[in-house]
Parts: sequence; structure tokens; C-alpha cells
Amino acid sequence: MSAPDLAPEYSPGVWRGLWVLAEQRQGQLLEVGLEILGEARKLAGRLNAEVSALLLGHGVAAHAAELIARGADRVYLADDPALEHYNPDAYSSVIVDLALVHRPQILLLGATSVGRDLAPTVAARLHTGLCADCTALDLDEEHRLLQIAPVLGGKELAIMLCPLRRPQMATVRPGVFAKRHREERPGEVVPVAIGPAARQTRTAVRGMVTEQLPGRALEQAEIVVAGGAGIDGVEGWRLIRRLAEVLGAGVGGTRPPMDEGYLREDQMIGQSGVTIRPKLYICIGISGDIQHTVGFQDAGVVVAINKDPKASIFKVADYGIVGDYREVVPLLIEELQRP
Amino acid sequence: MESTNLRALDVVVCLKSVPDPRCVGAITFDARTLTVKKEAVPRVISPLDKNALEEALRIREQRGGSVRVASMGSPGAAGNLREALALGADEVLFLSDAACAGADTLATARALAALIRHAGRFDLILCGARSFYGSTGQVGSQLAELLGIAHISHVSHLEFIAEATVSSKSRRENGYALVEGQLPLLASVVKEINNPRGMSLPGIVAARSKPLRSLSCADLDLAADEVGLAGSATRMIRVFAPLAARQGQMLGGAPQDAVLALVAELRRRGALPMLGTGAGGAR
Repeated sequence: MSAPDLAPEYSPGVWRGLWVLAEQRQGQLLEVGLEILGEARKLAGRLNAEVSALLLGHGVAAHAAELIARGADRVYLADDPALEHYNPDAYSSVIVDLALVHRPQILLLGATSVGRDLAPTVAARLHTGLCADCTALDLDEEHRLLQIAPVLGGKELAIMLCPLRRPQMATVRPGVFAKRHREERPGEVVPVAIGPAARQTRTAVRGMVTEQLPGRALEQAEIVVAGGAGIDGVEGWRLIRRLAEVLGAGVGGTRPPMDEGYLREDQMIGQSGVTIRPKLYICIGISGDIQHTVGFQDAGVVVAINKDPKASIFKVADYGIVGDYREVVPLLIEELQRP
Repeated sequence: MESTNLRALDVVVCLKSVPDPRCVGAITFDARTLTVKKEAVPRVISPLDKNALEEALRIREQRGGSVRVASMGSPGAAGNLREALALGADEVLFLSDAACAGADTLATARALAALIRHAGRFDLILCGARSFYGSTGQVGSQLAELLGIAHISHVSHLEFIAEATVSSKSRRENGYALVEGQLPLLASVVKEINNPRGMSLPGIVAARSKPLRSLSCADLDLAADEVGLAGSATRMIRVFAPLAARQGQMLGGAPQDAVLALVAELRRRGALPMLGTGAGGAR
């Protein structure tokens, strides 16, 4: 099965509509799809276009109402046993077929493990552009989608455009956008019959295994304590964890401690990791590279502790203490425990 | 399973040379030309590509066959490609052509697909699930599409359950999917899959006589509008430093004083949990 030799070109007015994948796992809608739906609704208002949700799965029809209540004008519902588990061939063939018929100008997916596989597959089949891990979306004067994402391990943001190809595709991390409130609004459900290509998949999912990871998911924690490259070894991390314990907080950090084994991959906060919005975020021994800071930009209160007064983290914090964490953190723990 | 009577496999590893992640702070972007300033930052094999190479070497140990490396990059990548040979790869095919600069993931996949087709038959392609630097995680899936083969992503475990059938664990956020597929296919791998070996002295010596073939777009019949910036569907139009949204209030003085001031502020703002109702879950 080779990619079709198509080159959908942009013709103004032909490609209309914003599409959002309403990702579901084992029958449950993921928050990220609803969050992106909220943002799509805002963009659609400016574009005078409609928002459609793509709902693929088996036994998922009941979710269509929620999607409409949260902003979709239309739900393309592909409900079939063949779609019960995510499979790149099955899901991409359904989406590509729909896209070639209905020609959306924008197609957005959550940057989840599924989205990060499905989006490039669809983009390749449609020969169109895809920007990963966008932290913001906007429109230019010509109503083209502006995709904003941190650039190459750097301290800046880049704005990207997909000028000629359609649909303009982007993935967005969970937690970047906010869901829209539920409301009574009109919407239609369009059942989609799936073709033979969705059934003749080249790989087969034999089962799903759920693993309960210890501790609470960082995205749900109200307080997060994070450590970076500035934390020294086992003793240093013991101190970080002690502070977290006193606060009832989740523990996270940046890539260097993750690479060294002090943190799991799901504890890495940032562009390539998780996005969090805790009420309180305390980051210690973290310099403030944008790869990391985009991961907590919507936190309530940010506190930074770093021994380098010039660390860029202090520019994105509400409160900063310049000092050695080995001195500051024990004092903080003591003060927090004082009745 | 018993491997001795199974046919040998030709594995291709896609490998990217990247700036050392630990030196990322030294890299700066030229906002005018929208390119990375050529600082002398040391380069390494992208970490997950090392896991991909390790997996390929283990498959060769079990099944016999070949491990070839395919890479697209600038001349500065050559050192890392020699490293791949020293680690045990049999051969490197290196597409190094200025026309490939500024490629988005689709243009990169197109170039790599041409490189791999040029290399001849293969059974399995392995690559890192995402590179450090760019880090979109898109090239693997797109490469598979352009080559017309199946792909399995975020693979944390790979094994053969029949001569040409793989069973894999494909990571999800809360566990994994068990995915089977027939060769040829592409698997993008995550860190969990193995612990990459280091170089050995015999390996380094042997690397000197292994082929590292440098190719141009012309060698691969790649037209200028298929690769690089010209072949990209997406383009970067601007780079800017974000405005700081927060009023950084520095709490100075002796550490004890700074801490007192901080806790007072956090209490005032209601950012601290009430005593005795610590929510738990910290680790």
C-alpha cells in the first residue's frame, strides 16, 4: 500500500473548515481533544468557518453529544470494531478519505502517543505540512494558520506557516488550551462508513496493557516541585523530594536529571515532556531554557531558586531567590512545617 | 525462539547527528536568516537513535545479516557516523547536500526514502522515536509512508515471533499496545528498549576500513524541489523571544529572610495547602 500520488494544492475557498481529532482511549474521550476544540471554536469565529470533530472508535457514538456541547458544529462518527484500538493504517485511511472529500483548511490533533504517530501518517498521505507541539495558534492577514512552537533547543519561539498545502496540520500538547464550557448548541452527527482499506491493516493490535504508574500524574498535581541540572545527585534529589512531600506536591524536572535516571520520562516538564498548570510551581536548579519553561507557562504562581542571578528562569518566575538550594530548601522545608 | 534456522536480516538504522543536548544553552538562532548560528558545539548521535542502532546490532547478533546506517546531514556529522561504524554498523550511507538544508519532516523523509531505496533491499528500518533537536517525532512515520511500508511507533520492546513477524510493545501514556506486524516495516524506538553499548577499541579500529559513502541529491535522482526548504510544506517565518509574562520579584537578603518572605507571600496568595491536608502523591 503506497502513499497515493496526490498533491492537494491550496485554492482559496475550496478548503474550508477546522477539524479536530476527538481522541478516545478505551471508550473515554481525552481532555486534549476537548481543549483543542475550544481553541478551534475561537479560530473558527475569526475565519467564519465550521468546526468538525473526528470521532473514531467502537461503541463511542454517545460522545458525539459532548463534542457538540463543547464546540463542534459537526461530528464525523466512524464507529466500527475495526477502529476499537488505534492502528495507523485504519485511522489514517478513514481521516484521509474524509479529508479528500470534505477538504478542511485546518486539521488539529493532540500531541499524545497516538497523535504523534497518526498526524505524521496523515500528513504524509496528504503531502501536507505538519507542525508538532504547538504552544499557540493564530491567523495571519490572509487567514492562514500560524503555528507557534519553541525552536531548536533555544530560547525563542518560532512562527510557522504551511502556505501551499492543505489541510494545515498541527499537534498540540495536552494542557496548552482550555476546554470551552458546555452549552446547548446545534450540531449534526455524520456517520462515516469505513472502507476496505481500514480493515486491511498491515499491523495488528493484539491487546492493550494498562500500567499504573506510581504517584499521581503530574498534570493533576496542584503543586509541583521541579529540579534541574543544578541538583547534585542522590542527596540533592532527596532534598527535592522532601520538599515535595511536605507540600503534598508532584515531582518533576528537566531533561538532564531524567537522562540521569532521577526522573521518569513522564516527569519531564517541557516541550518534549508534559505541560502542567499547577497552582504553585517551584523550580530549583533550573536555568530556564524555553524548552522547559513552555511546560509550565500557565502555572498559577512560579517560584525559582537558582544560584545564578543571571539565570533566565528569573524572568519567567513570580518570585526568585538567588542562593544555593542546599541552604535554601532546608530552610524552606522548616518554615513550611512551622504551625 | 530458536533463531539458528531463520534467515538473516538486513536492518537499516536512520541516524541523526545533533548538537550535544548538554550544550544546548550555547546555541543561538539568527533571527534574520532564520538559521542556527554555527557555533562550535560538539555533536553526538541523537540519543534515541543510539537505542535504535543498539537494537539493530542485537538483531544481527541473533539472526545474522547486516546493519547499515542511513543519515542526512551536514559535513559536521561525519564524526558521529564513524562512531556508528565503531559501535558495529557495517556501512554508512550519508546524504550530504546543501540542497537538503532547511527541510521540514516531510522533505527529510523524502530524502531518507531515496537514500534507503538506493541502498537496496531491507527487512527492517529502526530509528529513534524522536530526535533531540527538532524533536517532532514525525520523520519515522512519514518515511514509512513514503517507502510504502508499515510502521510501529514508540517501541519499547521488539521480538520476532516468526521468521518475518515481529511482536512489539508500542508505548502509550498509561501502558502499551501489543502490536504485531510483518516485515518489511519501520519501528521507531524509545529509550526503554535497551541500554546502548559503548565503543570498544577493536570496534574503533575496525571502523576505519568500513565504508562511509557520501552521496548527493544527484546520486539519488532527487530533484531540488523535493528536498530541503524548497521541498518543505511548512516554513518558519519568524523567530522571536517571548515576552516575560511575570513580574519577577527577587527576594534578597540572607537565605533565612528570603525564605520567610517567600512563605509569607505564598500564604498571602493562598498558594500553599492548608496544614494537615497535604494531598499526598508526592514522590
